[in-house]
Amino acid sequence: MSDVKKVATRQSYGEALIELGKEHDNLVVLDADLAAATQTGKFKAVFPERHIDCGIAESNMMGIAAGLASTGKVPFASTFAMFAAGRAFEQVRNSIGYPHLNVKIGATHAGISVGEDGATHQCNEDIALMRTIPGMTVINPADDIEAKAAVKAAYEMDGPVYLRFGRLAVPVINDNPDYKFEIGKGVVLREGKDVAIIATGLCVNSALEAAEKLAADGIDAMIVNIHTIKPLDEELVVEAAKKCGKVVTVEEHSVIGGLGGAVCEVLSEKQPTPVKKIGVYDVFGESGPAVKLLEKYKLDGQGVYEQVKDWMK
Amino acid sequence: MTILELQKMAVEVRKGIVTGVHAAKAGHPGGSLSAADVFTYLYFEEMNIDPKNPKDPKRDRFVLSKGHTAPGLYSALAHRGFFPVEDLKTLRHIGSHLQGHPCLQHTPGIDMSSGSLGQGISVAVGMALSAKLSDESYRVYTLLGDGEIQEGQVWEAAMFAGARNLDNLCVIVDNNGLQIDGAVEDVCSPYPIDKKFEAFNFHVINVADGNDMNQLKAAFDEAKTVKGQPTAIVMKTVKGKGVSFMENKAGWHGKAPNDEEYEIAMADLEKAGEALCQM
Repeated sequence: MSDVKKVATRQSYGEALIELGKEHDNLVVLDADLAAATQTGKFKAVFPERHIDCGIAESNMMGIAAGLASTGKVPFASTFAMFAAGRAFEQVRNSIGYPHLNVKIGATHAGISVGEDGATHQCNEDIALMRTIPGMTVINPADDIEAKAAVKAAYEMDGPVYLRFGRLAVPVINDNPDYKFEIGKGVVLREGKDVAIIATGLCVNSALEAAEKLAADGIDAMIVNIHTIKPLDEELVVEAAKKCGKVVTVEEHSVIGGLGGAVCEVLSEKQPTPVKKIGVYDVFGESGPAVKLLEKYKLDGQGVYEQVKDWMK
Repeated sequence: MTILELQKMAVEVRKGIVTGVHAAKAGHPGGSLSAADVFTYLYFEEMNIDPKNPKDPKRDRFVLSKGHTAPGLYSALAHRGFFPVEDLKTLRHIGSHLQGHPCLQHTPGIDMSSGSLGQGISVAVGMALSAKLSDESYRVYTLLGDGEIQEGQVWEAAMFAGARNLDNLCVIVDNNGLQIDGAVEDVCSPYPIDKKFEAFNFHVINVADGNDMNQLKAAFDEAKTVKGQPTAIVMKTVKGKGVSFMENKAGWHGKAPNDEEYEIAMADLEKAGEALCQM
């Protein structure tokens, strides 16, 4: 796999902002002293007057974003997922969510693939937190192509959006001319009949790798990419469950309240189906190289394969 | 408006506060009454607003950071013509557009939802920044409680506003001296308030009596002349001002008058209004 092109979705975020910034004067980028890490520094280099560094004050940054949005700007408020969804949760809820303001939150460094910084900076709870806010759209793109499309789509829609990006360079899997991104629409990447593996973010690639290994064992897995966790593509989730009779969810997030939670909420009401939730099992992360951590927490292709195989027994 | 007209209007705004909170059987009269004069001054004299065009992009903005004193803001908005004064009686009722705390989406004239303390000032800062980014001339006002400034976010916002020289921002602190648990200096002293804002690069105007229209006028007139710095108006007020039994009583922070107390309060205000008519 070493010849596969890899890009971190935070890089895609920074690049997409520049493209959008060229077209739209009302786009403003906010950061909280992490412009190099979140990659908004790229935007700053091109549009210094529209890049606002708020300093290390994420709660205030979310409020400023709300004020900008209420006066016609389209702010992208950028920081690590831990501080966007965690520290500033209540500001996002009350100053952005409740008034339903047109703020886009660019949350980078999500999940354990933050790597060496360890548990304090590895946010495995953000999807759960953000999707409980009424009217919030939650998007977790799988690769470079999807991340750029998501940023554009977020700009084009009216209302608050939480965009989840990663630090680690991940394989580009959507590099094909037919690729189309639509908020709230899941994508079937592989047809199958024995089990539906519904994945999000960098785990979509893990699921695809797992599917190849499962096929070698005679298990025909359907792979669904859910980039939009809210609003969830309920129709596709139900259809996949009906077709396969077994569902696995895979995410670089706690198994509590994330994609797995969202899928179970839908299936328990509309299509009761056995579900295996693969993710971070209610523990904090730890320091280590990102790739090694994904391996240890069984979120890479091999880990997902083993967990699905074991559950299918 | 003349000062006398503003004073008379402030009495009407106070009646609206008492009426709303009494009808709701809940709410926050104390801090609404201490700020009744500044609400009146802002909406009848200071701010460039039009009740017929409440969403005018060029209007001045107001964010009630101390959102629990919504009854005061609602009363000022109603008397200014943003919605019928009769609506004040629906405060906090199911289905009313007058929520317990201000709601952007429901109430004409409300520029921002607020109520979770410390958050409004950040939004006001964002609005002021927005005006600077697009070279608009509107001004942004935000009202904070003296207890509210115990919230750390207030100082994040103040640091940003001072660092960015947002001279189109006017922060008002309603220093009525009381919060739910007692006197602000006993609970967790925010003093000196003026020196703190000065340290954050604000032009600070101390108002000895924030329930005096003449002093409010002088303060806001001065604020408009300030260049290169945001302004903080720190005004000493009386919590519960205008209602005899509520004045300077922490207990009236978040309690509604019963029927008997309502009659006394309205009689107090009638008397104050009549006194002004003799002038």
